[in-house]
Amino acid sequence: MSMDWFKSSKKVAKVSDEERHVRTEGLWVKCEGCRQVIWRKDLADTLNCCPKCDFHFKVDARTRLKYLLDDENWIEHDAGLESTDPLGFVDSKSYKSRLAGMQKALGMKDAVISVTGKLLGRTVNVCALELKFIGGSMGSVMGEKITRAIERSIKDRAPLIIVSASGGARMQEGAVSLMQLGKISASLMLLDRAKVPFISVLTDPTTGGTTASFAMLGDLNIGEPGALIGFAGPRVIEQTIRQKLPEGFQRSEFVRDHGFLDAVVKRSEMREFIDKSLTFFLGPAA
Amino acid sequence: MSEAQNSQRIADLQKEMAELQMSSSGARARMQELESEMLKLKGEAGENISWERVKLARHPKRPHSLDYIQRIAPDFIEIHGDRNYGDDAAIVCGFGTVAGEHVMIIGLQKGRDTKQKLLRNFGMPKPEGYRKALRAMELASKFGRPIVTLLDTPGAYPGIDAEERGQAQAIALNLREMARIESPLIVIVIGEGGSGGALALGIGNRVYMLENAVYSVISPESCAAIIYRDSSKGDVAAAALKITASDLSKLGLVDGIIPEPPGGAQEDYDRAAEFLQTALLSAIRELKGMTPEQLITQRCDKFRKMGSFFTE
Repeated sequence: MSMDWFKSSKKVAKVSDEERHVRTEGLWVKCEGCRQVIWRKDLADTLNCCPKCDFHFKVDARTRLKYLLDDENWIEHDAGLESTDPLGFVDSKSYKSRLAGMQKALGMKDAVISVTGKLLGRTVNVCALELKFIGGSMGSVMGEKITRAIERSIKDRAPLIIVSASGGARMQEGAVSLMQLGKISASLMLLDRAKVPFISVLTDPTTGGTTASFAMLGDLNIGEPGALIGFAGPRVIEQTIRQKLPEGFQRSEFVRDHGFLDAVVKRSEMREFIDKSLTFFLGPAA
Repeated sequence: MSEAQNSQRIADLQKEMAELQMSSSGARARMQELESEMLKLKGEAGENISWERVKLARHPKRPHSLDYIQRIAPDFIEIHGDRNYGDDAAIVCGFGTVAGEHVMIIGLQKGRDTKQKLLRNFGMPKPEGYRKALRAMELASKFGRPIVTLLDTPGAYPGIDAEERGQAQAIALNLREMARIESPLIVIVIGEGGSGGALALGIGNRVYMLENAVYSVISPESCAAIIYRDSSKGDVAAAALKITASDLSKLGLVDGIIPEPPGGAQEDYDRAAEFLQTALLSAIRELKGMTPEQLITQRCDKFRKMGSFFTE
């Protein structure tokens, strides 16, 4: 007896898995806040916030600048700075090739964009961190770019705004990364002395060495709703205390209620909030 | 070289290094030569130097801050509390005279036995610890007294209460405000320099590491857990992270290496303290003549230069 009859004699045309499905990918997104399905185009009109529950989606650094500044006629600074891989670090792949891959995929040399632009008519220096670039981590390049932005702000007396989205110091540059916390913070002391305003905007997520340095050193520290903000990451804390963390722990509202954020401000109101603050500090834009 | 010759040469090198610490900046080049020769010698034994150093830095008998403080400042008076929330025993602050110099001493303190370890929270400070340290530094700054900080911590405490009371903000503020201190500030990593938790007391005019101390952005075990998904591969990660005193010296992140007695500081507390005191005093004497503004500028410039990047 053969089992031939099990075998199909007809040849079925091979259809790739991709084609089996109607291609809707990219058109719809599921809201992480309310689980509703949202037409992606709608999100563009709401600054990437859920039209139903106002959940704030993560946005990249360039989009962030577009939302914050009056137009796209900003001047970008220090875009060519690039890490030297000071440790010759290799993990699952070499840090050099990791960097090269990121640079190609994202069209930027490292995890921060530094620009001078206008916010409601006022000249400001803005550094926006790019979470997609190795977790928005801070190495030499970010340390130098932010320090230069601080120095620019001291020289031009233009307010500094840093929008954070970062997991902290970049492991692949070891202690060199760690020292960037000191470098930036010491420069912020000089900015503070010069009495030039610094607004820190913390977005989802801002943790580790980033929170433990410049992100917490603003004249005003402002969080976006629902952003994870903390020193240790939630998993590290859970491992240490061997307990589940309470709901809402380390979210913007929690951090504000414990006294470490001046305000939690919706993305749609951020420009105006910053402008009002700067007007209080410096008077209306010239 | 035979093993006996080898260890004799190492002992000689250490002696010369200890003496060099007493002289001023001109001796630094020679210091680095000696250090690299010593590394080579020790490398001949075929050890994973980095991991050996981690083990020594965490050695259960390694002298802690208070062991040094007792020896360099027998008249030490401890001051407590951050005037805000509480007193954190993981950081010891106080003043005393070190060979006639009035010095504010701030030490991260691990415990020795179980009871002490719990009291000191294994050397992991909470925000009130960092705030107490800043208060002590500002006090010294007000009266122009030099400050020394002794770093030895696995890291800032990662717990619910620490987060609620603003661990990140406390560390951040110290980083910024240490830059503003108007008196000489000397930082010495005596054991484990655990990331931001150590750096929060680490912004100095001079930063030294003991020979077997380590200073790292992340613990080797945590790094291994991330990259190899195996926290037992800390030895491999330790080498990759470049965390030893000579690594940091080569990267230009520390100003000097303070030698330890042969075999490590745990072998001879008195000599280890002597070496530390010698380095501390020479730094204080170098910095004493500087004005507050010069000290601030020197400190800021020093950190300003740290980093490594191409400019296209």
